[in-house]
Amino acid sequence: MSTTNGLNLTLKVWRQKNDKDKGQMETYQVSDISTDSSFLEMMDILNEQLINEGKDPVAFDHDCREGICGSCSMYINGEAHGPGREITTCQLHMREFKNGETIYIEPWRAKAFPVIKDLVVDRSSFDRIMASGGFVSVNTSGNTQDANAIPIPKADADKAFDAATCIGCGACVASCKNSSAMLFVSAKVSQFALLPQGKVEAAERVQNMVSQMDDEGFGNCSNTGACEVECPKGISLDNIARMNREYLSASVSADK
Amino acid sequence: MSWVKQTFSSSIGRKFAMALSALFLLLFLLQHFAINLLSVFSADLFNEVSHFMGTNPLVQFALQPVLIFGVVFHFVMGFVLEIKNRNAREVKYAMNNGAANSTWFSRNMIWSGLVILGFIGLHFYDFWIPEINVKYIQGDMSGMINGEYRYYEELVHKFHDPIRVGLYVLSFVFLAMHLKHGFQSAFQSAGARHEKYTPGIKKLGGLYAIAIPAGFIFIALYHHLTAI
Repeated sequence: MSTTNGLNLTLKVWRQKNDKDKGQMETYQVSDISTDSSFLEMMDILNEQLINEGKDPVAFDHDCREGICGSCSMYINGEAHGPGREITTCQLHMREFKNGETIYIEPWRAKAFPVIKDLVVDRSSFDRIMASGGFVSVNTSGNTQDANAIPIPKADADKAFDAATCIGCGACVASCKNSSAMLFVSAKVSQFALLPQGKVEAAERVQNMVSQMDDEGFGNCSNTGACEVECPKGISLDNIARMNREYLSASVSADK
Repeated sequence: MSWVKQTFSSSIGRKFAMALSALFLLLFLLQHFAINLLSVFSADLFNEVSHFMGTNPLVQFALQPVLIFGVVFHFVMGFVLEIKNRNAREVKYAMNNGAANSTWFSRNMIWSGLVILGFIGLHFYDFWIPEINVKYIQGDMSGMINGEYRYYEELVHKFHDPIRVGLYVLSFVFLAMHLKHGFQSAFQSAGARHEKYTPGIKKLGGLYAIAIPAGFIFIALYHHLTAI
């Protein structure tokens, strides 16, 4: 590998010791970063450098590093998962940056996503929303019906699948000027509401999930569409409109 | 908590209420524009219609309170949502590139809305308060001055001042920005999104956002320039 074509970068990284600490931006220099590195590999190089200097490495979430787990977050140069569309941070490569560039790296910012340390935020509010209704109550103990026995229009199956590709990373919340979680919640509501198995509990589900979303302190949707643009899985605003319809009709027709 | 209260205190219910008031205001704006436009073609016709709108009991005591409620509701709810939305992010980003993923209009509805609110204040001071004073405080429901309807004369008189005309024109530019995002956004908040219809709604919204404010600007400038 050539050592002359590497990038020399200035990194401005959010450092925060714990959830109580106020935190601040710190500046670091990294040099000779291969343009073939992923962004997370660049962060690994920075951390090696910090460890060698006897400093605390930057804490950040990551797991699969192939764009499907939804762990890696990072608000890079003012965008969730950085520049580039339909990618997570692990799929972002250093070739997107110029030599000598200054890169801002911050955690997701939302009251409902408190910072645990540095770039790691607590996204358990998403788990609580899922627990409130993001499931189908079917018996799976050995006598499950063959999926093909239930006719489902192809168009509905496709829409449900598209919604189900949401990896729950929280980029929608991070990108939204209101820290609204509506794209996430609407994807989860839609993936079930579109299918016969999910329709049974649809009204109760949307009411419970929206109520939990509001309790967690997420903001309201202003329909700016930022979430849809920044979503690594291209989840559409169609889902938010569907959730609005589901919620409003459930409010009118539900028992409570 | 009743289901109505529960629905309208939820995030989706609030946005739905915001959308309903917006759709109502869009219709109101259209009729206001249509009547104003008459002033360009015929002073007599404008006077007749203005007198009808200003004195008809159904318009005055049924529709006008609904309109006032609609306007007040829309901006109060706008503030409530803005405060809630700001509270949802306690620490701001050091670097945020909003332009990468959304339009300026959509991110700044509160500011375009505030300019429109300021304009409504000026507009009420110019037309509505004097009108209420003459009709309901002085008790003169005739709409006449020196044996002729006064509405057209008052309109022309108000648009004499270039500063007022300038403020009106500026406000209509902000109105256009507000409508550009607001029109289609109201449909989205109400859940009215469909592959077949949404592109048309967006086009109609774009047209409405340009045509109506441009029309109001034309009317203001027309009366200013023809009176010189």
